[in-house]
Amino acid sequence: MDITEIPVSQDNQGKKKKNKKAKKKSGSQEGNGESGGVETKEEKMEKSEPAFPPTFSVSEIKNKQRRHLMFMKLKQEKRKQKMQIKKKKKKEREALGDKAPPKEVPKTIENQRVYDETTVDPEDEEIAFDEGTDEFSAYFNGLTNPKVLITTSDRPRGRTVRFCEQLATVIPNAHVYYRRGLALKRIIPQCIARNFTYLIVINEDRKVPNGLVLCHLPDGPTAHFKISSVRLRKEMKRRGKDPTEHSPEVILNNFTTRLGHSIGRQFAALFPQDPQFVGRQVATFHNQRDFVFFRFHRYIFKNEKKVGIQELGPRFTLKLRSLQKGTFDSKFGEYEWVLKRHEMDACRRKFHL
Amino acid sequence: MQHDDVIWDIIGNKQFCSFKVKTKSQGFCRNEYNVTGLCNRSSCPLANSQYATIREEKGQCFLYMKVIERAAFPAKMWEKVKLSKNYEKALEQIDENLIYWPRFIRHKCKQRFTKITQYLIRMRKLVLKRQRKLVPLSRKVERREKRKEEKALIAAQLDNAIEKELLERLKQGTDTGKREFEMNKLKTSSDEEEQDEEEESSSEEEEEVETKTKASRSKGKSPANGSAVRKKRAYVEIEYETEPVAKSRATS
Repeated sequence: MDITEIPVSQDNQGKKKKNKKAKKKSGSQEGNGESGGVETKEEKMEKSEPAFPPTFSVSEIKNKQRRHLMFMKLKQEKRKQKMQIKKKKKKEREALGDKAPPKEVPKTIENQRVYDETTVDPEDEEIAFDEGTDEFSAYFNGLTNPKVLITTSDRPRGRTVRFCEQLATVIPNAHVYYRRGLALKRIIPQCIARNFTYLIVINEDRKVPNGLVLCHLPDGPTAHFKISSVRLRKEMKRRGKDPTEHSPEVILNNFTTRLGHSIGRQFAALFPQDPQFVGRQVATFHNQRDFVFFRFHRYIFKNEKKVGIQELGPRFTLKLRSLQKGTFDSKFGEYEWVLKRHEMDACRRKFHL
Repeated sequence: MQHDDVIWDIIGNKQFCSFKVKTKSQGFCRNEYNVTGLCNRSSCPLANSQYATIREEKGQCFLYMKVIERAAFPAKMWEKVKLSKNYEKALEQIDENLIYWPRFIRHKCKQRFTKITQYLIRMRKLVLKRQRKLVPLSRKVERREKRKEEKALIAAQLDNAIEKELLERLKQGTDTGKREFEMNKLKTSSDEEEQDEEEESSSEEEEEVETKTKASRSKGKSPANGSAVRKKRAYVEIEYETEPVAKSRATS
């Protein structure tokens, strides 16, 4: 009987009130209407209002409006409790002063990242040796100067063409050539003969660039990326003037694993070794959760502690799809790393770059 | 006995033929044994007792001839002759098999055979050229990736990261070039400052202040000289050690 009574009265209360005043009124009304014994019960219920009777759950109410109201109430109560706990904690903290326990750090995806065994230790000798002898060593020792060829897939349309042009202004010593249905395997030997160090192919889908093949030429690794969110110069807010011909500085952020390291070196080798600080331009490749964000800024140091940056130039995001050992060869190439969606996307805290 | 005229009268003009496709100007015949593909009195395989076609199967061409005596057994009605892969020899074969047949059918068969060989050659050439591989995009995956990218972008806080990195590089002087460059800028700005300050107050006080304070302001490059309002702060020239450190360190 109790059980059947309680929902009814509570329902009535729920229907009548939306704030505390109404609550009290209804409570008093009910109290007046019934006998003393029930009054005490009502009072008890009032007191235990915040804690709902355990056998009661919001979903048992059939009426949608009432159910909604009860749910809102429940939420409010929970929030109130949370605030109370917070206040208490804060007070305790202040009371303890210095001896208070350190603040808890909230969990972020970066905190919770599954540790990758291939994370590069900065002092690792093996890696230093590897990097000294890999395909980019020639570049990093200052022997070769980068020369980049930018091209697209067949019949590029407006956006892709403009994107290529802007890329060519960002990367110094870059040339854009139209691909007139030529096979990549035939282009590559020609490029090598003309001393190009890099080949960039931008793949297009429905008039929008969506893939990038970055091929280091004298048989270097080939990386295949997916491009997303391309913003051309026109679409940038508050952008500066066009970038000048000076070689920019390069910033590579967050490339921690071995794979990330090699990709980072690939990006670095696109730009000439010695940046011209007169130009005050910087190209950034920032890796976050396996997405590589590219930005191009102009900076100015206002004083020792402050620097102002202004974005110019295109911005885009890359996601690595595959890394291949030799030059572009999709059939017989030896793949160092391939994105296997089902395996790799299963764990949300595991990143590869 | 097959009455060709009667058949044509019925299916060609008056009543329904299930293989016929009519368009504004032309009628087409969808029968697979039709030589020309048009709906005509002379090209209709149903309305002609003496009929022949060329059909190709997996790169092999065959000459099909209709044997009207077997009209009661449609499955066995067509006589198949394999044609040689050599173009001229195959034409001779067609002539040999269709000897004494009407000119029209012989001609049309040879035309069809020529067209078929041409498209087979083209197919073989295309296979050697670049093959385009279409990779399907899964809409769910794309949606998820987009959301992940947005969240990663927010988590990255790119502007802060870039500014921090630039300041760090300035401090450490990863490149000698940068340090020297900054120092040059510093010298030019400091010269200007010197001139201004000497005018205003006594030199002794300034020297004391100079030695104590750090060169906080003066290292910055001057923006367009007229724009910034520069406070007259004392400064000190500090000599930095230039460290030849390799530029390419992929920062973690």
